[in-house]
Amino acid sequence: MADTAELTDFRTQTRDWLEANCPPEMREPVKSEDDVCWGGRHVQFQSDAQKQWLEAMAARGWTTPDWPKEYGGGGLTPAEAKILKEEMRRIGARNPLNSFGISMLGPALLKYGTEAQKQRFLPEIVRGEIRWCQGYSEPGAGSDLAGLQTKAEDMGDHWLVNGQKVWTSYADKADWIFCLVRTSTESKHGGISFLLFDMESEGVSTKPILLISGYSPFCETFMDNVKVPKDQVVGEVNKGWDVAKYLLGHEREMISGMGLGGGASLLGKSVGEIDDPVLRAEVAAFDVDALAFAAMSERFIDQLKAGEAHPAMPSMMKYSGTELNKKRHELIMAAGGADTLEWDSDRTRKGKPAREWLRTKANSIEGGTSEVQLGIIAKHILRLPGA
Amino acid sequence: MTLLTDDQHQLHDMAKSFLAEEGTIKQQLRHWRDTECKDGFGHGLWKQFAELGLTGITIPEDKGGLGLGATEAALVLEEVGRNLTPSPFLTTAVAAVRALEGSAQGDRWFPGILSGDTVAALAVDEGKHHRPGAIATKATRSGNGFTLSGSKQFVVHGASADVILVAARTGGGQGEREGVTLFAVERDAAGLEIENVSLTDHSKAARLTLTDVAVDADSVVGEVDSGWAPLSRALNAGRAGSAAELVGVASGAADMTTDYLKQRKQFGKLIGEFQTLQHRAAHLFSEIEIARAAAYKAAELLDAGSDRAELLVHVAKAKAGRSAALAVQEGVQMHGGIGMTDEHDIGFYMKRQAVLDRLFGDWRFHAGEVARIAGY
Repeated sequence: MADTAELTDFRTQTRDWLEANCPPEMREPVKSEDDVCWGGRHVQFQSDAQKQWLEAMAARGWTTPDWPKEYGGGGLTPAEAKILKEEMRRIGARNPLNSFGISMLGPALLKYGTEAQKQRFLPEIVRGEIRWCQGYSEPGAGSDLAGLQTKAEDMGDHWLVNGQKVWTSYADKADWIFCLVRTSTESKHGGISFLLFDMESEGVSTKPILLISGYSPFCETFMDNVKVPKDQVVGEVNKGWDVAKYLLGHEREMISGMGLGGGASLLGKSVGEIDDPVLRAEVAAFDVDALAFAAMSERFIDQLKAGEAHPAMPSMMKYSGTELNKKRHELIMAAGGADTLEWDSDRTRKGKPAREWLRTKANSIEGGTSEVQLGIIAKHILRLPGA
Repeated sequence: MTLLTDDQHQLHDMAKSFLAEEGTIKQQLRHWRDTECKDGFGHGLWKQFAELGLTGITIPEDKGGLGLGATEAALVLEEVGRNLTPSPFLTTAVAAVRALEGSAQGDRWFPGILSGDTVAALAVDEGKHHRPGAIATKATRSGNGFTLSGSKQFVVHGASADVILVAARTGGGQGEREGVTLFAVERDAAGLEIENVSLTDHSKAARLTLTDVAVDADSVVGEVDSGWAPLSRALNAGRAGSAAELVGVASGAADMTTDYLKQRKQFGKLIGEFQTLQHRAAHLFSEIEIARAAAYKAAELLDAGSDRAELLVHVAKAKAGRSAALAVQEGVQMHGGIGMTDEHDIGFYMKRQAVLDRLFGDWRFHAGEVARIAGY
């Protein structure tokens, strides 16, 4: 559909502003994991350009284009936010800030937070000043998340938290955590609360987990008599599961975006020469799936913004997007042959293809496994019995 | 925006109720199959399409049509697919009309199409696979016109058509786009032999043998040697349309199967309680949603005249073909024994999917085209 006159103006202004404010270095794809800007108290910018780009975007609220202006957001309409995204994609502009605050906590605070909580936490997220991590899974609560045991006791003037979380992404680098804790044992789902606290609080410690990729993006997080102020519960006490589910929807949307790995670019164009007809056929079938999924993503986002998406659709997007991303990396490895098996050579930039391939195997586990997502689709969309 | 407008929603609702009431398997597909109808569809229903304006859905308004686009056609075709309604809608009103637009032949045939009296067919394929680049039927200049010689197959409704658009070579070499010319050939042309063939899905498609079929110069659609333009318009519309119809076929089969999972009991419980079936049904749901998004996107880009339209048409036809194949295979399997019987409708979905997937190129052809466009 063509832009209206107002949107055409917005597009022109956005294009001009991006031209003037997006440094050339920030129009190049990220080179490695270290190149991604996560913000936070201890942020170390990789370049002046990275800092300048974050500050320019944050000043307009464009790190969170569709959040309300009163909390520092851009206040854009869905159509305007889409144009901003298109214009950024057009010049290859990087995302100025990667943030679980933006993709996960923020939407939950906007829906369930008190006015004071919104005023306190959202502007810091927009500016990338606080880096958040997510305390959901526990050693005994993976797919069965609501079985979590980390305990928060009401001590009158504060909560006392004891327990252990696992798979806490970047807990060792995060400033604050949003965390699911058990505040009642009377009901499984109805005894969970959603708590926020500072990772520098006394009694919090983290330990990175070495993965098959050789990376340690996840940690174990231990809480030993951690005192948390009473006003740091989001939503009602014992009703944290509602907040948790809402947030998981956003997490799944974010992870489903991984299916867009190469954006609209075709895998067959990026893996070098394909001289094997069987591989060519596999890659062509993959590119069909990837481009069809890109169309689905666009449609899903439009449905979401128009309030027309089924509440369980993020599960479908998460399932399809992550399975697609795993397939993408299987094919990249296949196309690379023996070259991509090298684990620490400079030729492979220290085993980048192999390590990324291994990393993608977590996509269909984290944020709810593929099997959990299929169960949600069966129950909530197909309404199959006993699901 | 990828969402439908209010007008499009209205049209979709209209098509939904029209085809759910008039186009059911029992009243149409099964009825015409059992009565051995030579056309494989009912002319009465085609008249009803006309009364609703649907035969002229993409005919320009100044020619008396609705002047709508590929998106609206897709919405109707989704419902045609869901009900397995046999009709000339896809080939006549969606594909052939796009070839004829803006030509004198269009002015000649549009009134009949609008009134539901005329059926038009497309004769492209010459072998068992769709290879439009390899057109070898020859058109030789002769007097004021041409003579056509060659053979065609998979000409949907060819034996019922009043006019057949025949792609033939007036110049250029095999595989070249230049040198293809599109001719409007009338059914009773001398030298045109039509064999009416029943297909697996009980629809009819013809094999044509053309032996020095004489046509005059006016029968050329568009320009001599430049028939690739109208032909590719028709093929793009036909491919995007058949992708949408396949999405409807897939949805119909999947819905029927989900219902069955909620009714059939074995081992003392509903089979829909078994996790292995739940997960397969959920996977199928996901694949169909993605195919639908691709089909809508292809139609949207065609309507916008985007330079990515052709790529997305290939993506949509390939994705819809694969998703529908999964839907009908899972559909029959999950129905178990009853799914193998002629009495149950699920098998009709499997048969229709097989034909629609091959029509205008199967999913492998279109995946190959994606690779070709991308240059690998």
